[in-house]
Amino acid sequence: MGKTILTVDDSRTMRDMLRLALSGAGHTVIQADDGVHGVEVLENAGLVDVIITDINMPRMDGYGFIEHVRRGSANKMTPILVLTTESEPAKKTRARDAGATGWIVKPFDPEKLLAAIRRVSP
Amino acid sequence: MDPMEAIKQTFFQECDELLLAMEEGLIAMENGEADSEMINAVFRAVHSIKGGGGAFGFDVLVGFAHIFENVMDLIRSDKLNPTPDVVKVLLRAGDKLSDHVALARDGGIDVQDSEVKAELNQLAGGGEEEDEIGGEAAPSEFDGLSFMPVQIDIGDDAPAFMSLEPELPSWRIRFTPHAGLYAKANEPYLLIRELGMLGALEVTADLSAIPDLLAIEPEQAYLTWNAVLRDCADRSKIEEVFEFVSGDCDLDISEIVPELAVAEPVMEEVLDAPASAVIVDLVTAAEKKPVAAAASTAVEVVKSTIRVDLDKVDRLVNLVGELVITQAMLSQRILETTSAQSTIGTGLGELEHLLRELQEAVMAIRTQPVKSVFQRMPRLVRETAAQTGKEAHLEIEGEATEVDKTVIERLGEPLTHMIRNAIDHGLESPEDRVAAGKPAEGTVKLSAEHRGGRIVIEVSDDGRGINRAKVREKAIERGVIAANANLSDEEIDNLIFLPGFSTASQVSNISGRGVGLDVVRRNINDLGGRITISSVLGKGSKFSLTLPLTLAVLDGMIVAVGDQTFVLPLSHIVESLLPKQSDINAFGSTGMLLNVRGVYVPLISVGRLLNVRGANYDVTSSVVILVESEGIGRMALAVDGIIGQRQVVIKSFESNIGHIDGIAAATILGDGRVALILDIDGLVAGCREGVARPIEYQQAAGA
Repeated sequence: MGKTILTVDDSRTMRDMLRLALSGAGHTVIQADDGVHGVEVLENAGLVDVIITDINMPRMDGYGFIEHVRRGSANKMTPILVLTTESEPAKKTRARDAGATGWIVKPFDPEKLLAAIRRVSP
Repeated sequence: MDPMEAIKQTFFQECDELLLAMEEGLIAMENGEADSEMINAVFRAVHSIKGGGGAFGFDVLVGFAHIFENVMDLIRSDKLNPTPDVVKVLLRAGDKLSDHVALARDGGIDVQDSEVKAELNQLAGGGEEEDEIGGEAAPSEFDGLSFMPVQIDIGDDAPAFMSLEPELPSWRIRFTPHAGLYAKANEPYLLIRELGMLGALEVTADLSAIPDLLAIEPEQAYLTWNAVLRDCADRSKIEEVFEFVSGDCDLDISEIVPELAVAEPVMEEVLDAPASAVIVDLVTAAEKKPVAAAASTAVEVVKSTIRVDLDKVDRLVNLVGELVITQAMLSQRILETTSAQSTIGTGLGELEHLLRELQEAVMAIRTQPVKSVFQRMPRLVRETAAQTGKEAHLEIEGEATEVDKTVIERLGEPLTHMIRNAIDHGLESPEDRVAAGKPAEGTVKLSAEHRGGRIVIEVSDDGRGINRAKVREKAIERGVIAANANLSDEEIDNLIFLPGFSTASQVSNISGRGVGLDVVRRNINDLGGRITISSVLGKGSKFSLTLPLTLAVLDGMIVAVGDQTFVLPLSHIVESLLPKQSDINAFGSTGMLLNVRGVYVPLISVGRLLNVRGANYDVTSSVVILVESEGIGRMALAVDGIIGQRQVVIKSFESNIGHIDGIAAATILGDGRVALILDIDGLVAGCREGVARPIEYQQAAGA
């Protein structure tokens, strides 16, 4: 328990909900507003336990962010969960090709979110 | 507050911002100047509203946003060309989306969106209207394979009343991860741990595929796990565990059926993960970053902001206000006791200067660009024009002009009314315009600018202008002015602000909603502002609003009454004069009327009205201040003397001692004394109810 989790989402509502669900479960939450910000935050934060990212974001979208992380950062092997409202396999496939570990379908229920985190992080 | 409720508030706030961004993007598209980032921003706005709406179960909102999003998705991926006709549909869809958000927030009647929905669906390619994804969680990929539990006949001898522990099925699972599974940071151990939570689990690792040490590729995968899971009812649970890795492993799940020999092995459909996904644009997007940072034109620099509770800011404003007062008191004391040449004086001057700057800076925290109000107006223009059968185009200028948040919040209604008025009454029908040699499409211009410490907002149109003869005729008909009254053009124009005045021959449902420009003027006056109109027949009209930049300070006239000092808001004052005995006429037992150049106005002694100790009740030796109150009219207030005119910091006392008729708030003067700020409207209304009113005040004061 008590993981450090980075969430990347341009929607304040979604950030608040993630923070509520995650910190309620005893995790430390750090947040970024988009992919570019996420990269910056990660540079400062160093190694985190799990990354949760949205796909549609300004400046750098979720795919770009995941690829950036996987391409060679300290968090190359950090599990990344993608938040998506889409259920289409195409989006998931594309996120997975970019290197996503798993996904959470919005609107998420906090239980499912925590289960998904447990499934990718010890 | 319930945290979810707080997040819901955030969601609606965010919706407002997103809707603005959407509107901005759509308008840029309409003008043909939208780049791909703007189109993307519109898409994201709709997408985020849909996402957040889903979290709170606003299914209708989500349903509509979904269709809208589909169309935006087509446009941003260049599958649909945003022609003017398409953009028109999008603009209407944007309006409906705002309505949906408002409905979700405030309740009310359902949004009539079937027409727009149909148009959107048509744009999205007619056929594939995936009906309302709705708020429910999207179906998992495995739903097609979901397990149907089969009733197993246990035998006849089982007593019917005894509930047997049902025999749960067991499963054999063979799991071979590929290298890709590890590359995506999935971990077999965690999956096995999850399996262990579903039932009793035995796992063995098949190490046969591991090559010689020298041949091992560190990033390759060589292991296979064989597991037997007992007492797990649901196959879909097992599949769920492997959901994230379905393309990156070989997976067999088969049920072990103890009695029946023919176990039907169910082959897991391995979902192929095509490796040829389009990543080109992503790479460019990622690599664009440093370039964009250099060329600041490409990407708008995101301003960093913080959100602060308004209460904190108000506390700061208040404290700085106190500080200014204390400084003034201190200066006064020091200057009284030291010689004028003292260097303390210079220091104090600097301190005062700094404090003024500090005060301005603090006030500026509360300011926001008027953009948030202005952005709502294009829609209004579209709708009003459609309803009145006119063609109108809105030009906006100076939307970055900043003004206090409270002013912004209360600006919406008067502006809405004025713009409706401009289109409904100001602009002519397209045919009339063409006949008058103007373009069929009328122009309404909305502008804002800072001028002399105030904000000036102008709403102008290029319509028919005010028909003064008609206005005059109407005013005489209504008994507002005498038939032989001699009025200047300006005075005639200003008649339209009188209550119940409307020049439209029939009341239309657009601007004639029982409220007229008198209400607009009252709203503006309540904000400490003024509204004026100028007009040229056949060329158009222009309404100008002047408003204070903040409601935390007020321009006031300081007056003395007995041993008290009062502040009168400057915005209500028409003039001050020394009355002649011959102009004062008694009215009833205690009432008085003052003849101001031929017009009689009620004359009230403030000292008598408020029962102030030591006040001069003899109005003939008083100073009279002529004030004007919207809807009620003019009134003359007699005070002992005028001390001066200055800006005062408003201190509300309603939270401590409640509302007092006739008193708006208080302030602290430079000498440390508390002065009450008079509420002219309340005062005048109180007096108008009856001449006996002053006595009630005395009783109230004595009680």
